[in-house]
Amino acid sequence: MIQTTNLTKVFGARTAVDALTLTVHEGEVFGFLGPNGAGKTTTVRMLTSLIAPTAGTARINGFEVGRDDTAIRRSVGILTETPGMYDQLSAQKNLTLFARLYEVGDVPGQVEKYLRLLGLWERRNDAVGSFSKGMKQKLAICRALLHEPAVVFLDEPTSGLDPEAARLVREFVAEIKAQGRTIFLCTHNLDEADRLCDRVGVMQQRLLTVDTPTALRRQLYGRKVVFHLREVGAGLPALLQSFPFVKEVEQVENKLLVGLDDPDAQNPVLVRALVQAGADVQFVGELRHSLEDVYLSLIQRGTTE
Amino acid sequence: MNKILTIIDKEWAEIFKNRLILYTMFLMPLLFTALPLVMLGAMGGQSAGDVTDMPPQFLQLCGELQGTECYQLFMSNQFLLLFMMLPLVIPATIAAYSIVGEKTTRCLEPLLATPISTVELLLGKGLAALIPGVAAGWGSFALFALGAWILVDSPALLARLLDGMWFIAIGVVGPLVALAGISVAIMVSSRVNDPRTAEQITMVLIIPLLGLFFAQIAGVVMVNAGLLWALAGALVLVDVGLVWLGARAFQRETILTKWK
Ligand SMILES: Nc1ncnc2c1ncn2[C@@H]1O[C@H](COP(=O)(O)OP(=O)(O)O)[C@@H](O)[C@H]1O
Ligand SMILES: [Mg+2]
Repeated sequence: MIQTTNLTKVFGARTAVDALTLTVHEGEVFGFLGPNGAGKTTTVRMLTSLIAPTAGTARINGFEVGRDDTAIRRSVGILTETPGMYDQLSAQKNLTLFARLYEVGDVPGQVEKYLRLLGLWERRNDAVGSFSKGMKQKLAICRALLHEPAVVFLDEPTSGLDPEAARLVREFVAEIKAQGRTIFLCTHNLDEADRLCDRVGVMQQRLLTVDTPTALRRQLYGRKVVFHLREVGAGLPALLQSFPFVKEVEQVENKLLVGLDDPDAQNPVLVRALVQAGADVQFVGELRHSLEDVYLSLIQRGTTE
Repeated sequence: MNKILTIIDKEWAEIFKNRLILYTMFLMPLLFTALPLVMLGAMGGQSAGDVTDMPPQFLQLCGELQGTECYQLFMSNQFLLLFMMLPLVIPATIAAYSIVGEKTTRCLEPLLATPISTVELLLGKGLAALIPGVAAGWGSFALFALGAWILVDSPALLARLLDGMWFIAIGVVGPLVALAGISVAIMVSSRVNDPRTAEQITMVLIIPLLGLFFAQIAGVVMVNAGLLWALAGALVLVDVGLVWLGARAFQRETILTKWK
């Protein structure tokens, strides 16, 4: 669906995007993660034919950036980083305007469909300025969908929104995802990426890594198991450490954090040993690293390299 | 073509919600129409006045018109020059609000993401500004003609008041002036974030018009059909340059990366 090879954008002396090579598959929600200034918006602008790459190539829906620009604009939808609506005009007028520009066949039909989807049909004649921030953002997303594009770019759809509005927008993105569209989601909200994305790419001028959120966690940390005990006896950490498959043991209050490769097979062995040593095991669980940890560590590595 | 109409439709929907533009569009033409009419009406009743302080060239222009009538013709020709401000000020105001407004609503990028070409977008915005300005010029002239027809008794004066010169001014020079105003407004608007600032800077273009106004009072030049054609010719050249510059400032990448 989206395929880039060494895509590069240079502004004056600053390289915003450096040799980005990336494939996004059909029907996938791809999370594009990165801190401010990482080059996310610049990438989206190149992929939607808004600005021209300095070097490299990109194909979207089979169209080539730089050669089929109008075709690309016709076939993708984009929620820009700072999306605006004409506040003085009604919701219906706003959507109608864009439906016409997107060459939609049945303009009134599509506009009505999306206004109903948003529950705004009754308020269609109200000026957009009177809508809540979350509602405006959802309206802006619908504007990007009027021509039913196969690929949708969402550039930080929840940034700048209060938590309630952000939740509304996130739920809405999940709905769009369910329709089977390919979604390219820029975000620096990791929780959002974790919940919505099939794969994530971490970007910092260069693409640092691409993987599923789960695999990324594992790739960086292996897996950790937490043993909650009534009380951690003196010899217990050393006892666990004596097993060759145990990578590390750390004690935090009445918990033992143990690094393992294969908890399914190894947990029972450790539980037996702990019980035999007289420990009261209250429960055992897996410690999940948040995607945030992964991300921060990647970004740190990226910048120190 | 469809997209151009869509843009015009949107621009007008917004314009008619902006009070300042509405005032400019309706009050200014009314004022410019009322002033020469009041003057014609006030002077009409008087008998031959003192015309010695008029530029001598103008006396020649008056031909068989004598005294007050010659004076009335002179005054209304002065107002003709002020009339030319309508197709300048109205389109420039609309263009400034339309471009800067687009920046403040942050709709320009979503707009540029659609399959519209920048030429279509520019044409849509340009025409949305040009049409009301030119229409205001024609509308005001129609009102003036009607008023003059009611107020002026002398058929000879009436014929001179409404002669072909006006049609060159309003039909040819007006749209050309509007085009210059719009191009400058677009260029200025790309650099500033306040529509009033953009409008004010654009109004520098009034200076040449005012220059003509005072030059005629001083008797340095006489506005006649020949001068208007010369003016039109010069404006065509100026417009070609300005439109080229305006269109260059109006490229997708420039708008997104250089406009502040
Ligand atoms: N128009 C521009 N001119 C110069 N530098 C730019 C321009 N746009 C973006 N940049 C620079 O490119 C880098 C990437 O910016 P951007 O793509 O907006 O990042 P992100 O969306 O990830 O926050 C930043 O360092 C930014 O300063
Ligand atoms: Mg960004």
